[in-house]
Amino acid sequence: MTAAGNPAISTAARPPMRTGRRLPLAWLGVVPFFAYCGLFLLLPTLIITGGSFATKDGAFTLSNFTDINQPYLVKAFLYSTIIAAVSAVVGALAGALLAYAVVTSNPRGILRRSVTSASGVLAQFGGVTLAFAFLATVGQVGFISEILLQRGIDSLSRSTWLYELPGLILVYMYFQVPLMVIVFLPALDGVRPQWREATESLGGSTWHYWRYVAGPLLAPSFLGCTLLLFANAFSAYATAAALVSQGSIIVPLAISNLLTSETGRAQPGLAQALALSMIIIVTVVTVLYSLLQRRTSRWLR
Amino acid sequence: MNWHRIHRLGLVLGIITLLSAACGSTGGGNTASTWGTATSAAANGGMDALVTAAKKEGKLNVIALPPDWANYGAIISGFTAKYGIRIDSANPNGSSQQEVDAIKQLQGTNRAPDVVDVGMKVALANTSIFTPYQVSTWNDILAGQKESTGLWVQDYGGFMGIGYDTSRVPGGTITAVSDLLKPGFKVALAGDPTQSNQALNGVILASVANGGSLDDVSKGVDFFHTLKTKGNFVPVVGTSATVKAGQTPVLFEWDYLSTSHGKDVKTWKIFVPENATIGGYYAQAISKTAPHPAAARLWEEYLYSDEGQNLWLKGGARPVRQAAMEKAGTLDKAAAAALPPVTGTPQFPTQDQQTAAGTYLASHWSQAIS
Repeated sequence: MTAAGNPAISTAARPPMRTGRRLPLAWLGVVPFFAYCGLFLLLPTLIITGGSFATKDGAFTLSNFTDINQPYLVKAFLYSTIIAAVSAVVGALAGALLAYAVVTSNPRGILRRSVTSASGVLAQFGGVTLAFAFLATVGQVGFISEILLQRGIDSLSRSTWLYELPGLILVYMYFQVPLMVIVFLPALDGVRPQWREATESLGGSTWHYWRYVAGPLLAPSFLGCTLLLFANAFSAYATAAALVSQGSIIVPLAISNLLTSETGRAQPGLAQALALSMIIIVTVVTVLYSLLQRRTSRWLR
Repeated sequence: MNWHRIHRLGLVLGIITLLSAACGSTGGGNTASTWGTATSAAANGGMDALVTAAKKEGKLNVIALPPDWANYGAIISGFTAKYGIRIDSANPNGSSQQEVDAIKQLQGTNRAPDVVDVGMKVALANTSIFTPYQVSTWNDILAGQKESTGLWVQDYGGFMGIGYDTSRVPGGTITAVSDLLKPGFKVALAGDPTQSNQALNGVILASVANGGSLDDVSKGVDFFHTLKTKGNFVPVVGTSATVKAGQTPVLFEWDYLSTSHGKDVKTWKIFVPENATIGGYYAQAISKTAPHPAAARLWEEYLYSDEGQNLWLKGGARPVRQAAMEKAGTLDKAAAAALPPVTGTPQFPTQDQQTAAGTYLASHWSQAIS
């Protein structure tokens, strides 16, 4: 990022040198970034878009999209949405409270440092490790389930809840809450203590402060972060794949199952149509997120 | 498709074949023997003549026989001890497809496999590179378990079983497939049945046990759907690891693979339903271009002798002559007693039936378990 910023600053800092004839070289710094985006974001998206409108022989078709209308795929979309929405809302609330607690503490204190660094690690703690952690504690044979079983309570060891909707939501919370702390902290940091003092000196109560000052200021950022969490959970694959290896409970697993077949029954076109639908949903959410972030930055910078 | 690449690949393969043929032609040297076309020992001078010819060749090439799989380690050393013929065991962990590939690629060399032990799908697809041979115990083998001229003959196999940990299922026992629908049972398959043949046969078993047939797998799909709605289906692919961890306390698997879990889980048992005894067998075949044709035929005679069959049995695999040997009293009773009991009439899904079942599952399975 600094490499990309430096030439821009240096050119801007020497306006008399610019004659208007010399090619501006500022864009050179961002070439690697755009090349990266092009190769790893745009190109795959184009391939998926092309593939989703093609039959196995390469002819044009819309049937891949009409094929999505099967009960199990509709259910997978529904489950994906529910998991993403619930884990985003609950994760955002819990993460915001935690972030607020951190902000109000000593800026150089041990609490702030440990919570932020732990969040940085845990926000990336998805996948096999996370799935294993849950299987080993509250799975059918997890040690907590076993302890309960020895005391005559078999509700955990006799249940497959961990592979279902509630299980996935709980597991996803473990990377959603830390992510919220990371993305919401800067917004909270932007809230100035002077605003509270100003409210109080004008006779406002705590309620007035939150209702008319901090609330409206933080709301766009909070909503934006919630959307980011939604997109994060909606597109997560590794954790669910490590936990559930049979069937297609959420869309990313359905895509994976449609792509893999050792018996020649793969449906790559349908898988790509599902992937394109996911890309569209995530794009909409991300655009909304960036619009909200822009609104936030008006005040909180 | 890139035609240049395919052409080049063909050229390279051709050169390799030519080179290896040139190298091998000096080593073969069995032109005087008539065993290369013999369809039985009796038709070519009898067993004694076969043993003499095989000893003269002095060597046998086998492929893809893991020493710990179906007791092949003991079978190989038993054959060498009995006839003094050295066995060259190539690529012990190879697959059926690699076996036939080796026959094609090494054809004409003295390193080419003489005999293969392959899955039925591969056996049926490659009869053109096999030569017919009927062992002296030919009549003990059911007509459905051999090609009529002896191009391939099923050798050992097993039945689809429901393996379970007695300490982790309610009541500690399973006596019917319908038991699995009771609360507390956690049932898994050893693969995705739209991808894995073993898992597919598990669904076929469930179908046959629930009023379906080898031609109608829909009842099995319905059964797993009911398991799913009752919360009894574990959406995890069962492996030795999940069995050891207890995650898959009930697992549909071939019985000869399921018995191996007993090493990890002492309370592991296998139930083979009487009303749905689904069998699956491997097959033996002799290569048409075997460099040691007499030794290859003697190997088959050994495998299908009482001695060879009992060795397989000790490895947990069910030899094809088991029923006949039980009647004749030559079966190793201790080894047979160690296998899960089978009381029903075995049924063997054909390749066509398995393909049809696979096609049905491709459009119904995801639906049923989601």
